[in-house]
Amino acid sequence: MKYKVNEKGYYGDFGGAYIPEMLYPNVEELRQNYLKIIDDADFQKEFHQLLKDYVGRPSPLYLANRLSEKYGANIFLKREDLNHTGAHKINNTIGQILLAEKLGKKRIIAETGAGQHGVATATVCALRNLECVIYMGEVDIERQAPNVARMKMLGAKVVPASSGSKTLKDATNEAMRDWINNPVDTHYIIGSVVGPHPYPDMVAIFQSIISEETKKQLIEQTGNDQPDYVLACVGGGSNAMGMFYHFMDDEDVKLIAVEAAGKGVSSGFSAATTYLGKEGVLHGSRSILMQTEDGQVVEPHSVSAGLDYPGIGPQHAHLFKTGRGKYVSITDEESLDAGLLLTQLEGIIPAIESAHALAYLEKMEFKGGENVVICLSGRGDKDLDTYIKYFNL
Amino acid sequence: MNRIKQLFDKKKNILSIYYTAGYPNLDDTIQIAEALQKSGADMLEIGFPYSDPVADGPVIQASSKKSLDQGMNLKLLFEQLKDLRKNVTIPVLLMGYVNPVLQFGVENFCKACAEVGVDGCIVPDLPMVEYEEFHQTCFEEHNLSNVFLITPQTAEERIHKIDGLTNGFIYLLSSSATTGKNLEVGDTTENYFSRIKSMNLKNPTMIGFGISDKQTFDKACSYANGAIIGTAFVKAIESGNIEESVSDFMKNFKG
Repeated sequence: MKYKVNEKGYYGDFGGAYIPEMLYPNVEELRQNYLKIIDDADFQKEFHQLLKDYVGRPSPLYLANRLSEKYGANIFLKREDLNHTGAHKINNTIGQILLAEKLGKKRIIAETGAGQHGVATATVCALRNLECVIYMGEVDIERQAPNVARMKMLGAKVVPASSGSKTLKDATNEAMRDWINNPVDTHYIIGSVVGPHPYPDMVAIFQSIISEETKKQLIEQTGNDQPDYVLACVGGGSNAMGMFYHFMDDEDVKLIAVEAAGKGVSSGFSAATTYLGKEGVLHGSRSILMQTEDGQVVEPHSVSAGLDYPGIGPQHAHLFKTGRGKYVSITDEESLDAGLLLTQLEGIIPAIESAHALAYLEKMEFKGGENVVICLSGRGDKDLDTYIKYFNL
Repeated sequence: MNRIKQLFDKKKNILSIYYTAGYPNLDDTIQIAEALQKSGADMLEIGFPYSDPVADGPVIQASSKKSLDQGMNLKLLFEQLKDLRKNVTIPVLLMGYVNPVLQFGVENFCKACAEVGVDGCIVPDLPMVEYEEFHQTCFEEHNLSNVFLITPQTAEERIHKIDGLTNGFIYLLSSSATTGKNLEVGDTTENYFSRIKSMNLKNPTMIGFGISDKQTFDKACSYANGAIIGTAFVKAIESGNIEESVSDFMKNFKG
């Protein structure tokens, strides 16, 4: 349990709840109730029933043969892309919408980058008949048009965030402002393992289904629940945390988190947070973030909207600082190439976010026979425009 | 003795004005302070800008962005404030978000505040427990008041805790809102203001958020020791001659 949150809401030096007083009652209400609600047997039953019948879990663990052959290792893909709505994000939104209902909330807000979390939130709001408002950066609205249309069709109101870099960070600011202005009836479904305590822990718990299933599937398929490597991409870090969760205390399993280098870590257009960042406070928790010497948040860049975030969750900061996780980065181009490679070798078009994790295989050296699990966090339908433009298809 | 305490000891209906440092022009910080004192402001809150001001509405977001774009940072602000106490005698607080303070170093920050004659701070996203555990000693060593906020949703027990930790005044938010919303004093707000008043807190209270004119100011003063105006003032000095805009704005509150 050494990598989990302590009773004060910290992971080592990181975490906490750095929030203005206006948010305190909401966050405190959550803090006092989230474990009680989640641990309740009826909640667990309903949560798992929905994950099975509505999301389509368990998601397959697929041994990618041609990819394995290419790299000389047994490469397993955890197929979160096959979930309803096309990414891992729905694991968390199902959990949080049930929790919001238990807290008696009538209105749901969320931020979104690639639109996957927005779609997953709008979906569960339609399912449970709750009002839904999604904040999305103007730039992202532009580059993720199909997801915007899906959210609207699902009945959500999509509000453009037009401040700052007009991406995920700014959408998060706007969602927090909404929550400040609607302190009583609204629940904010944060989509990643970021934000004030208890959000990083709560989201990690809901996403931990990914590694819980993976362990069982590895036993069935290999007889050993401990692979040599576990890889996932990291923006805020929710799919990675879900993928790492039940492996964190298995110290022999190497955890590799892949950040977005954008146009290169030294190009000035990057989102490689652990490489470029320093310790500080962003969106309510102490973590590592990209910032100026004066503590102003630096605007990130990544071709992938879901990784275009200047921070990482506090638990990731802790895994990084303690050396438990290895944090690396992959450029825009490397990720797009890896996306095309997976498409052509395995017939799976990955989200560009997930393609960052795949791209790191190129940089690894295998003796042969190692078991490698990669979280294929989402499908690439939403990224077709970007792929088409890049490869002149 | 701390200037803030002196002010509350001798005066009622205190008018405190918030403005963003380095706005509208980078070098306006001191000139605005002097003009405000001259036009009758009782206390000043100088905002140091942050790139992601989640508790602020569009006007203060825009002033913060402009100030940052013009090159404002804490180091420069403390340079500018070296001249603060040449002419300004009223209490001055710095207000801003925690991350720039952490990067500057909390101890350096407190020391720099004391050196230039700043009397207190308002850092809305610095949690009470962090302040108590790590920073209170440092603030007190430098004779700095740390002002906490309370909202209509803040529980009574927590208000007492805040009252115990504060040594300046308590910032009473008229509603849970980002800055720049209009104050609508309905029954709920009146009940809340009356409830706080009847708690007989040891610290004086100032009402902020939504105060924009003489009418809302007077209303606030009937429940608290005074009120704070931010957004309306920042809007008023957006363009034109600073001294004139300040004096025109302040005329609204005379008489």
